[in-house]
Amino acid sequence: MAAFFKQRNVIAALIIFAIIFPFITNNTYFVHVMTLSFIWMIGVYGLNLLAGYTGYLSLAHAGFFAIGAYALSLLTTKAQLNYWVAFILALIITSVLGLVIGLISLRTKEHFFAIYTLCVGYIIYLVIDKWDSLTGGIRGLIGIPGPGNIGPIEFTTPVSNYYLVLFFLLLTVLVMYRIVHSLTGRTFIAIRNSEDLAQTIGISTMKNKLLVFVISTFFAGLSGALYASFIRFIGPDIGYISITFDLLTYLLVGGIGTLSGPIVGTVLIVWVSQQLQFLQDYRMLIFGPVLTLLVIFYPRGIVGGIAESLMKRKQKKQAREEQLVMAKKSVAATAASNENR
Amino acid sequence: MEILIQQLFNGLTIGSVYSLVALGLTLVYGILHIPNFAHGALYMMGGYVTLTMMTSQGMHYWLAIAVSAIVVGLLAVLMERLVFHPLRHAPPIHDKIAAIGILLFLEALAQFIWGAEYQTMASPYGQIINVAGVTLTMQRLLIIIAAVVVMIFLYVFLKKTYTGATIIAMSQNREGANLVGINTNRVAMLTFLISGALAAIACSIAAPINLVFPGMGHLVITKAFVIIILGGMGSIPGAIAGGYILGFTESLGATYISNDYKDLIAFVLLVLILTIRPKGLFARGGH
Amino acid sequence: MFLETKNLTKKFGGLVAVNDVDFSIEKGKINAIIGPNGAGKSTFFNLISGFHPPSSGQVIFKGKDITRLPSNKIAELGVARTFQTTNLFDQATVLDNVIVGHRLRTKSNLVDAIFRTKRLKAEEKQCREKAIEVLEFVGLTSAAYKLAGSMSQEEKKRVAFALALATDPEIVFLDEPAAGVNPDETEGLAALMEKMVSAGITVCLIEHKMQMIMKLADKIMVLNYGEKIAEGTPKEIRNNEMVIKAYLGGSAIA
Repeated sequence: MAAFFKQRNVIAALIIFAIIFPFITNNTYFVHVMTLSFIWMIGVYGLNLLAGYTGYLSLAHAGFFAIGAYALSLLTTKAQLNYWVAFILALIITSVLGLVIGLISLRTKEHFFAIYTLCVGYIIYLVIDKWDSLTGGIRGLIGIPGPGNIGPIEFTTPVSNYYLVLFFLLLTVLVMYRIVHSLTGRTFIAIRNSEDLAQTIGISTMKNKLLVFVISTFFAGLSGALYASFIRFIGPDIGYISITFDLLTYLLVGGIGTLSGPIVGTVLIVWVSQQLQFLQDYRMLIFGPVLTLLVIFYPRGIVGGIAESLMKRKQKKQAREEQLVMAKKSVAATAASNENR
Repeated sequence: MEILIQQLFNGLTIGSVYSLVALGLTLVYGILHIPNFAHGALYMMGGYVTLTMMTSQGMHYWLAIAVSAIVVGLLAVLMERLVFHPLRHAPPIHDKIAAIGILLFLEALAQFIWGAEYQTMASPYGQIINVAGVTLTMQRLLIIIAAVVVMIFLYVFLKKTYTGATIIAMSQNREGANLVGINTNRVAMLTFLISGALAAIACSIAAPINLVFPGMGHLVITKAFVIIILGGMGSIPGAIAGGYILGFTESLGATYISNDYKDLIAFVLLVLILTIRPKGLFARGGH
Repeated sequence: MFLETKNLTKKFGGLVAVNDVDFSIEKGKINAIIGPNGAGKSTFFNLISGFHPPSSGQVIFKGKDITRLPSNKIAELGVARTFQTTNLFDQATVLDNVIVGHRLRTKSNLVDAIFRTKRLKAEEKQCREKAIEVLEFVGLTSAAYKLAGSMSQEEKKRVAFALALATDPEIVFLDEPAAGVNPDETEGLAALMEKMVSAGITVCLIEHKMQMIMKLADKIMVLNYGEKIAEGTPKEIRNNEMVIKAYLGGSAIA
């Protein structure tokens, strides 16, 4: 349980830091970078619930990110809908498409699922790229409005955008935390450990996998919609497989199947990448091998690695204490038998 | 009619390349049961090595291909030793992610060494010839011939040599192969060597009619996955047949349906197959 | 009849794994299925628990035809099973791993999870209590907070039992419950099975350890090449010519 509280503390500290961050730095660029990494985190959380907690590696995640982004953009620019109406519709559209694709793709397992979703990702990308009349094709869409006012609150400055995105991120983390620590979350984890076993203990695996797939696409869509209205222009490349790989890298480095992993991984890589601007195109020279090495040596990333070593230390301590108690007992027993003699 | 023949010929050309790539992928799958997502990166590396050998070393085209096949083959062996071997007992999600890591690394590496721009590979066989009323370049004809020659070599190797037989044996029954004293480590390395070499050859013969760039492996590898699912994961004849089928479908689809959407054909095909048969076309029944 | 199979048959391609098996399981008893390797025992289990649909025949549980039900529905009806190997979440505690076993008796969904409703809290408590109860039943109370990854082979077997018991079953199918554990531990597991029966749970197991089966089982069915060749009490089986011939290659059961 100690590790669990630790994880909770880490999250609490991060939240406080995130809230005061714009006041610490007066650099608008840093606020911009941070906002963008929050947006990625939301998407990474979606991927985490599916790949990390349920064991299904979807390579179509960027596709759903793009669907969320394009849905919002088209609904606001072409259909001229109110921003928040469009926002909610974008989430619904992404989730419904997620439901349909999930229904089919989840009948496949393991490698087939990965390959299937890889192809679904390509289809989404290619459709966006080629459907010129709707999506603007390779030119993309411009003039996407920023978040609309909510009553008196406006989102015109970078800092206000920062807080809006932070709000959605915290909501995401809260929802994820509650899912993972509920019976529903336990059900997902049971499916990850062994689908056959889960099924025999009475879990409808298809229903639960579908649920998690839809949740995952919902957050990909949320992340995409926020991205579109933050960056204000989008192109088909946001649906390309390399975005999925980026998200996967954030997740793996931070810790797949851990709650704070998406935050740790995303912040770390986004900031390291910012520091290594000159490396931008070549950052995968570093992160590629990092990804591979992590999977071999620390399959649960930074957070998982730390949690595991804490857990081990605790167990060792427990074992030592037990030994101590046993030793005392045997000393007492010897003493008692001596007295009896 | 002429267009049809031309397109059939094109299909044969593309199909040859697809088949070679899919062959490497299916061999590895058959032996180790991992879908090697980094296979596309091997393909891309093959193109660059050949190109470099030709431009900076002034090597002859065929010699450059041979060097490239060896270099990329060894690269694949290295990959097996350093990554897939240590992960052989890990959950299935791990080797996929590891392969993606390698893919990202090799692409960045290629971009680092050779730059991001598209490059052309000049083939000594640019001549245009006329066969039965169809105009084509010598290179396209060579692709078809080279692919067939490579396939025959592979066939003879797998069927007629002891080493080849061990690969077949291991893909059919790993434990059994181990029991009869086959060195499974050696076979795994050998399989990766062959798969890397096949990828390099495929890319090198296809490059003169395409372009060489860091992301050139993406579409090819994804289509190769479609092919091996089409032909049965691990099946060698399936990979060859599937490659040609996809090649024909694409070239005909490009002409008669839409050139814009021709790349979609493969993926839609796969989505359809897996929708109807979640375990692939030729899944073995039961357990 | 408590649970019975009628003409149960399973073909894989041309291979008949289970051929026309009629078998009835007696309530409140220990039923055993034995047979040489590849006799179709595991397939038989898989047919009953809904993992494979049979090619023909029926499975009837308490008068209800469960032949075509998916395995999770069969579990809901009170039919549990274990596997030869149990994949657990090694980085979590034993207790955490067992809690989900009672999930099928709960109703809370995603909305309950997100809003942490009363229902969720009550059901979480219920699942946790159930897990503690079954861990105590299988004798793992002291190991409840150990990491699943650090358990011994025998403890893993017991966790598999606990998971099955957490589903509130009326009958438990155990697939080689004592494989890979030493003779002393086998005794312990046999005692546990008897304890399950005295708690009102019917047991049906596949096992290779003859001595254990002969001592433990009330009723035995022998499968060979997918066919039932004998059925009866240990004594009857021991003296059955067919069994001795087909299964033991002529020598009597020790």
